[in-house]
Amino acid sequence: MGDLWLGIWQACVLVASADADLIEISLRSLQVTLTALVLASFLAFPLAALLTVRRFRSRRLVIAVLNALMGLPPVVVGLLVYVLLSRAGPFGVLGLLFTPTAMIIAQVIIIVPLIASVAHQSLRDLWHDYHDLLISLNVTQWQKMRTLLWDARRALLTAALAGFGRAMGEVGAIMIVGGNIDHATRVLTTAIALETGRGDFALALALGFVLIAMTVLINLAIHWLGRTEREGRW
Amino acid sequence: MTRVFLAGLLLIFSAQGGKSEQFRMAVTTSFHNSGLSELLLPKIKSDTGIDVQLLVVGTGQALRLAKAGDVDAILVHSRAAEEAFVRQGYASHRREIMYNDFVLVGPSDDPAGVANVTTANAGLTAIALTRMDFISRGDDSGTHKTETGLWADAGLDPDGFGAWYKSVGAGMGAALNTASALGAYVLTDRASWLNFGNRGDLELLFSGDPALFNQYAYLPVSAERHPHVRATRAARVEDWLTSPASQKMIDGYTIAGQKLFVFNAQP
Repeated sequence: MGDLWLGIWQACVLVASADADLIEISLRSLQVTLTALVLASFLAFPLAALLTVRRFRSRRLVIAVLNALMGLPPVVVGLLVYVLLSRAGPFGVLGLLFTPTAMIIAQVIIIVPLIASVAHQSLRDLWHDYHDLLISLNVTQWQKMRTLLWDARRALLTAALAGFGRAMGEVGAIMIVGGNIDHATRVLTTAIALETGRGDFALALALGFVLIAMTVLINLAIHWLGRTEREGRW
Repeated sequence: MTRVFLAGLLLIFSAQGGKSEQFRMAVTTSFHNSGLSELLLPKIKSDTGIDVQLLVVGTGQALRLAKAGDVDAILVHSRAAEEAFVRQGYASHRREIMYNDFVLVGPSDDPAGVANVTTANAGLTAIALTRMDFISRGDDSGTHKTETGLWADAGLDPDGFGAWYKSVGAGMGAALNTASALGAYVLTDRASWLNFGNRGDLELLFSGDPALFNQYAYLPVSAERHPHVRATRAARVEDWLTSPASQKMIDGYTIAGQKLFVFNAQP
């Protein structure tokens, strides 16, 4: 119990004193996660739209696999990316291992299935409403996808936020491919793991509270920017 | 308002930068947990201009990283494994830097009587006979290799031990946390112990046996095998680590009045 209060107190002190290390690792957490989120969204949204409007033979199989991959174990993704990026691996010459880029790659792989699956669910419902109209207007496949994506933008925001949450709190994969190097690849989650290892539970908890607070703030900011939950719309 | 948000994003993405000479070194958790690295690295940077990036892993994993050429040098503590590594041509040589010692830590009421023995061998035998909980690193690290070596010296085989022998497969800090929670015995290096914040009921019970000697050595990754490694920087870091400036910092490093490491590099 003592550690808990000490953790809350230490979190307040760290934030109030604008601790340089804390700011650095928090910004890196945001940088890695937001980059991964943007890249993953660019991959996942068109994929979800394509799966909605296009009918092909293995469509159900692809959707089922995508849903299953939502539960992709981060440690395994980390290990796969590690093996691929290691100097002894096929992409070793790029020298990407233990850089923020490697962490972004791992996070994109982890959250694309999640974002695509959640997005696909809502696009499918919308497609049910729009199907006859869009068919009768004889629009192209590309126009159908664009219409769906634009009109479902609020639901897509939820999908993206789910991906953001998963990426922000992830530690298994980025620990392996990033290496938790101070001033290079250390982010909030790996710093928490490090301080737990040192037995400094209060500092680890403090960093945990900062991480939770940041996730909440980012979510609020995005909702506010997207003007959801406003003007009588739910 | 959107502009404020975008400006914020820009700030986040421009936060990276500050290029300097980078150099990657894998070190053992025990060395990093001692806190010495936080003093040495800034000094290395100001003296040589090299920004040493530390990967904190067990000795086993450090050797794997060096084998694959993913780091430029390693600082580890497992002599037999290091010598085999040099023999196989993965590192050009092995340079001893400093040493400290391993200690046996356990619950303060000491049911196995480890505090009364005179050798590490007898201490471990006492734990095995009384079947008191013992935490093993179990991660092929330098500390783990020392521990298995000690069991072998005592004529005991951990594979045949019962549930009291708990192999956690984790770093030194995690193993100490587990020992603290269970009130179990554990073998740890002195530096990690002195720097550990969650001792609970644990106490240092036994130390001082020459069998618990813990030598740290620096091995630059062979540039012949991996042409991309930063060999000149590795040599400059090695020169610094074996210099009088390094000696002064390593010998002068204390926690709670206790000296942690003894510098013993040959010039």
